[in-house]
Amino acid sequence: MLEEIKARLDAAVPGCRSEMILNGSPSGQHSLLLDSAHAVEAATFLRDHAELRFDYCSNVTGVDWLEAQHSPGYLEVVYHLYSMEKKRGPLVLRLRTENRTDKVHLPSLTPVWRSAEFQEREIFDLYGIIFDGHPDLRRILMWDEFEDHPMRKDYVEPDDYEYEPTAHDDILAKAKQHAMGKSQEP
Amino acid sequence: MTTAPVKEATHDERAAGCGQDELLEIALGPHHPSTHGVFRMDVVLDGERVVKLKPVFGYLHRNHEKIAESASYLASMPYTDRLDYICSLTNNWAYALAVEKLAGLQVPERAEYIRVITAELTRLVNHTATIGFLTQEMGASGTPLMYAFREREKILDLFESLTGSRMMCNYMRFGGCRVELPAGWLEQTKKVVEEFPRFLDEYEQLLTGNEIFMARAQGVGILKKDLAIDAGVTGPMLRASGVNYDIRKVDKYGIYDRFDFKIPLGEHGDVYDRYMVRMLEMRESLKILHQALRDLPQGPLMDPKAKIRGFRPKPGEAYGRIEAPKGELGFYLISDGSPNPYRYRVRPPSLINLTVLEDMCRGYSIADTIVIFGTVDIVLGEVDR
Amino acid sequence: MDQKLRIELSKQGIVTTTLEELYNWGRKNSVWPMTFGLACCAIEMIATSMARYDLARFGAEVFRPSPRQADLIIVSGTVTKKMAPQVVRLYNQMAEPKYVIAMGACAISGGPFKQGYNVLKGIDRYIPVDVHIPGCPPRPEALIDAFMTLQKKIDQQTLTGEGRPRHLDPEAPSEFVVPRFGAHDLEPPNNPEVFRILNNIDSRNPGEVDAGGD
Repeated sequence: MLEEIKARLDAAVPGCRSEMILNGSPSGQHSLLLDSAHAVEAATFLRDHAELRFDYCSNVTGVDWLEAQHSPGYLEVVYHLYSMEKKRGPLVLRLRTENRTDKVHLPSLTPVWRSAEFQEREIFDLYGIIFDGHPDLRRILMWDEFEDHPMRKDYVEPDDYEYEPTAHDDILAKAKQHAMGKSQEP
Repeated sequence: MTTAPVKEATHDERAAGCGQDELLEIALGPHHPSTHGVFRMDVVLDGERVVKLKPVFGYLHRNHEKIAESASYLASMPYTDRLDYICSLTNNWAYALAVEKLAGLQVPERAEYIRVITAELTRLVNHTATIGFLTQEMGASGTPLMYAFREREKILDLFESLTGSRMMCNYMRFGGCRVELPAGWLEQTKKVVEEFPRFLDEYEQLLTGNEIFMARAQGVGILKKDLAIDAGVTGPMLRASGVNYDIRKVDKYGIYDRFDFKIPLGEHGDVYDRYMVRMLEMRESLKILHQALRDLPQGPLMDPKAKIRGFRPKPGEAYGRIEAPKGELGFYLISDGSPNPYRYRVRPPSLINLTVLEDMCRGYSIADTIVIFGTVDIVLGEVDR
Repeated sequence: MDQKLRIELSKQGIVTTTLEELYNWGRKNSVWPMTFGLACCAIEMIATSMARYDLARFGAEVFRPSPRQADLIIVSGTVTKKMAPQVVRLYNQMAEPKYVIAMGACAISGGPFKQGYNVLKGIDRYIPVDVHIPGCPPRPEALIDAFMTLQKKIDQQTLTGEGRPRHLDPEAPSEFVVPRFGAHDLEPPNNPEVFRILNNIDSRNPGEVDAGGD
């Protein structure tokens, strides 16, 4: 089914370079990687095509891929689409940024599916992906003055391990680190 | 209620229009007596009418997704209880379903039946509580909520004797359920299920034809079908707008294709329809419960292939979703072959149903806004995660 | 007054009391909590005030929506860093005498969500807590027990002298520092006037865990 959708998409949207990403798990939910230049056009096609009618964007996820997994690392957005009219799905779409530092712009699909509005804001907040064309791109979960993107894999949380009643494993290591830091201060 | 700085009108403006076009900006929440927890709406008012409404989230952002990335698959199960803390068992199911898809596990028949029974009981708990809170927000303080909680306690007793906890059940496992039903549990459940319609009748007598209730609910907060689909609204809210989309019927997950039940649909998409859809859904849930309790087979509770310790799914990803009482609850997992998920994402129905809050509330008064907000049926633990 | 004499007098139909006793008796039987729910525990708090558990038996069924009318704030659930300033501000707005119950593991120490970047690791970092109830969430019975503990505490307070409550001591603070949102964390991360660090990690000898805790 996914090959068919890909063929239709490539025929309908000129210049669109979509790529199948295979999924190794028993779920068999393979996905379609879109290039960001044609993403909005391709999404509109998927939504409006009379036979496909993916009118419902269920889930939008941000993923942080470090250099360790893919070189160079990048940030990814995954869209899960369903069709309420045809009762079909999921169709999984992926968009990728060029890297994790400065080229983190992606086109927003909120103009196509409004259900992406809060979810894309959340990804902007927690991963720092900038969605071009989003109507209201602000932080959603953290406060406005916050500067970090805490869901990134390399985020370091603030050191508030003063009191750990049942510290073990890496929490114990962090608490020890805190105690060391304190004892060196004065 | 904290009040944001009111837009100061200059002397000239005040003199010219006597403040006729003056807009008032108010922050409702995060501590506000009628909101469902720590939720804030920044409302712009023209007199009593809502002109603009921006929801503000994050006051209960407990980093569930981040914590789950550093915990094993099973260790996240108790956290799912605390997502939508009124319906912990459906949350368990959604997460278990996603992991079962990821790892290719089969659930034995008896476990599937028990899952259906607990999930439908959870739906009863959720809808009674929602309608209780809704009437509380309309100003019927006390009685309906007391009745709702009286019924809720009866079902919580069942949960407690089955799982050991009233609210945080942590009952389901990947490939089955944790413990066998205790002695006498089935009889007690049958009794509760049989007595439940009496409560529903009583409730409907109080509310459904109540003139005040109808005046407050009918024609208020209308949500159009197209907007509901576009904004990804799911659950009773979507069906109240007349869209026939119930994941129990569409995906037929578990064993829902074996039961005979109907999907109640609304016509107008207003507050009253959302109330009615929930009332009717409870009656359908009772139908499912009757059938499931009758047909419950004997057998094992767990897939023998399922490993509790050293559980490492193959690299890959899976998205599993169920029809939770509030809407589509989905879990999206990416595995890199290690004991912890690489990415763990919750698709919260409460958050996405709030997308249309502004569209529903615009033009209504503050008192109506609170009622409309009540019918969205959110739980902050799930909105902010 | 001599206890024996008091009993004797009461047999004669004469009831004697002290101002202190009367004052505390009145206060402890009309503790009005604030309508303030944070997370999961709030549902159990509501359940406590409903028919089966009936908090009204303890004179505390009147949940007040305004902090100005409340005596007790039940911190029922996870306090996130985004919410912490509001909780402190609400506490500051309450009139003395005021009490705090930290309900559930999250309000005590962050609970299961302790490792979260946005989770405050215990409300006692910013405001003084009178009664802690462990549990996730505590059962309604546990909340009732916390209530009775608080009533005992109120009953034992003296009007004058060293052990007098905060509201009768003009020196004691009634307002507490409201944290500000910083670029990475709340500022300050705790209020040293209130927060007593029970450090179980020995700072001189990291690695040795002090089993005693306190």
